[in-house]
Amino acid sequence: MAVFDSVKELLAACEAYVLPLWETVQSVSSQQADITKEESWDKMRYRLQVMHQACVNYDPLQHSASGLVGGDAQKVRSYYEEKRAIGGDFMGRMLSYAIMMGECNACMHRIVAAPTAGACGVIPAVLLAYADIYEASEEELIRALYVTAGFGMVIANRASISGAEAGCQAEIGSASAMAAAALVHLHGGDAVQMAHACAIALKNMMGLVCDPVAGLVEVPCVKRNAAGAMNALCAAELALAGVQSRIPCDEVIDAMRVVGDQMHADLRETGRGGIAGSPTAQAFAEKFFGN
Amino acid sequence: MDIFDLIGPVMVGPSSSHTAGAVRIGLVTRKLLGEDVKDAKIELHGSFAATAVGHGTDRALIAGLLGMQTDDERIPESFDHARDAGLSFCFSNCNLRDAHPNSVRLTVKGINGAQTCVVAASVGGGRISVRELSGMPLQFAAEYPTIIIQNDDQPGSVADVSRVLAEENINIGTFQVNRSVRGGDAIMVIECDAPIEPHIVEHIRTLSCIRKAVCINPD
Repeated sequence: MAVFDSVKELLAACEAYVLPLWETVQSVSSQQADITKEESWDKMRYRLQVMHQACVNYDPLQHSASGLVGGDAQKVRSYYEEKRAIGGDFMGRMLSYAIMMGECNACMHRIVAAPTAGACGVIPAVLLAYADIYEASEEELIRALYVTAGFGMVIANRASISGAEAGCQAEIGSASAMAAAALVHLHGGDAVQMAHACAIALKNMMGLVCDPVAGLVEVPCVKRNAAGAMNALCAAELALAGVQSRIPCDEVIDAMRVVGDQMHADLRETGRGGIAGSPTAQAFAEKFFGN
Repeated sequence: MDIFDLIGPVMVGPSSSHTAGAVRIGLVTRKLLGEDVKDAKIELHGSFAATAVGHGTDRALIAGLLGMQTDDERIPESFDHARDAGLSFCFSNCNLRDAHPNSVRLTVKGINGAQTCVVAASVGGGRISVRELSGMPLQFAAEYPTIIIQNDDQPGSVADVSRVLAEENINIGTFQVNRSVRGGDAIMVIECDAPIEPHIVEHIRTLSCIRKAVCINPD
């Protein structure tokens, strides 16, 4: 069995193995990679630790080489710590973590591409915020990472996780869909609800273009990680409430691929269209590369 | 694709293609040279040339030449480490024919006098493709244990090499053969399933008409 070509196949495998979704992903992928489940678990734990460590080491005074990115996660942290956040502590933390991870990436610190470096903030943001507020154990978070990997694998196999191929919908969109499924898992939802959350999150990001200013993974990428996390929360809440995606998850993923194919090259990580094409962005690019 | 390519790689940012991929190109070049690098002339093509500074592509390439992995937090300061290690380098832009947008040509010299020239591309998600070695076209991703052999284009050389691998019970996944002109320089690229032990490469080097053999085992 390929790991995994469709969500339908993933859900069928869970039933066939009589295992929860995370464990099905762990079993099948370990078998394919010819490693033990324990080795696989340790690799996944290392990834969670890197995500956590990046937040611990965050330096609010540091800026990226271009100067466009840095310090914003601290502003959001202070804001929710002062109890001013409209969405409360959970959302405040989630937004802060998402931006923090994006800033760490832009400042050349160690991160986990999940599924890409540009979208590295979405999954840790929902996991770490959930752990803070709901006291989820390390073990639960690692299981949630297997859930993200299962859905991410289908997205990568059926569509794309590359901005250059299919726009930001394939990067932040995919990360958001993977994170939505993880939140459903953490909050006690079942595999079918995870699939609905994945589908809803991806639909909400359909058509998002990849338009980095000066071609750098900074603007608008860092803030889109916060949007991706928020959208994951939205999709997970709906799915956990019993709301279903009217379109099956696999068809949503296929539609995302088609939209990617239809996307003009200017909108696929070339730094030409969208926000990158705005006068301010163009002026910045000229100044930055001129020097 | 493996789940750890999806939740991973663990890497120093900001870009899997422009940073992590560039580190891996440097690392593979170092392994192809077979010794510590003393001097490197690096020519950037396409998107690598356009956005190298903003993505740390330049520092990432040097980090790889120094033997650092994609998650090494010394990558941003690799120029300082190069100075300490006695590695001198220069960067310029170039226009390679029919090359992938994220391509680079590295002309390197080693501390014991070895020399090589590598053209490689970073093809997305930190994955790479080596396209040329010392002027000879080839193609490998360095994702499997790979043996690269430079030899004289003579009858029996392919059979000799495959016999050594068969004796060592190494299964060959892919096998490429190429040459400059009939009877001239030739190259073999062999991707295998099991890691290549150093003594196997030593054995291949003793065969007649083999000029150079190196192996690259994935890290």
